[in-house]
Amino acid sequence: MLTKITEKLKAQFPDSITAVLEFRGETTVHVKKENIVAICQFLRDDTASLFDYCSDVCGADAYTPENRFEVIYNLYSTILNHRIRVKVFVDESDLHCPSVTSVWPGANWPERETFDMVGVVFDGHNDMRRMYMPEEFEYHPLRKDFPMMGIPDSIPLPRK
Amino acid sequence: MGLEHALGDTALTTTIDSAINWCRKNSVWPMPLGISCCGIEMMAFAMPRFDVARFGAEVFRFSPRQSDLLLVAGTTTYKMATVVRKIYDQMPDPKWVVAMGACTSSGGMYRTYSVVQGIDQFLPVDVYVAGCPPRPDNLLHALMMIQEKIQRGESRGTPMTVSAERAEKQQLLQIQGINNN
Repeated sequence: MLTKITEKLKAQFPDSITAVLEFRGETTVHVKKENIVAICQFLRDDTASLFDYCSDVCGADAYTPENRFEVIYNLYSTILNHRIRVKVFVDESDLHCPSVTSVWPGANWPERETFDMVGVVFDGHNDMRRMYMPEEFEYHPLRKDFPMMGIPDSIPLPRK
Repeated sequence: MGLEHALGDTALTTTIDSAINWCRKNSVWPMPLGISCCGIEMMAFAMPRFDVARFGAEVFRFSPRQSDLLLVAGTTTYKMATVVRKIYDQMPDPKWVVAMGACTSSGGMYRTYSVVQGIDQFLPVDVYVAGCPPRPDNLLHALMMIQEKIQRGESRGTPMTVSAERAEKQQLLQIQGINNN
């Protein structure tokens, strides 16, 4: 449990941290999306945390009526060898979230993947386009209401 | 080949047909489309242990314009399907297609929105090879089946030779005769 880091976070950003969870040695911090860039910058630069490696940025669809989508930042410190997970909740009515590419340039493609799969648009991203699906694809595959086998004729197939 | 059709079905033309088919089957030039993991087994099939060169198929030219057999080896996604079809269209007739592995035969372990559930959705396939990945000798068996197909004169690209059509017609007449009696 990274208590030192979470205490510092709560002291620095008292309104933005909504929850701190711990499970089997893994720490998760729930954060409001408005202040995410400042929080990530703090996590990267502060001497107690030093999270210099953004391992992954992924999206999840909780399929709840409010705060439907989660954007999950998995951070790792190569210097101090500890990990933390930062979760941001995005509501379906406002599918925008600030981009953390200014903090970690390595978050560029993972944010594109999150946009492709779940539909959350990252503001401030220099290249917000789909990663895996073709550009004209109209759906977001990892949403819970997208069928496993896909929607027929959503991607063109050549004729036989 | 036009002269043969004009001459009809004589001893000379059927011999020429078999001779040409024998030449074709012993020099099948594959177009390897190693998209995914099956490509590694295809490389193994071309390497000295399971040598494919002894079957005449040693020229892996990687150019569809110069090959007769399309070896689709690997998971074909919907995005890749257009490319595979393009390569198939670029091959000159007569051409044959081998669907190598589970992914190309039926979508394999990927029952999902992005993988085409079998390349026969958009390509006419001659031989399917089971396996994930198939052993190289399994693929050699598929090549031998293609060779048998070539010797019989069957190709999806060109119409069948006169002798084969005649044999088919005779078979159909026989079956009809049985039904009439």
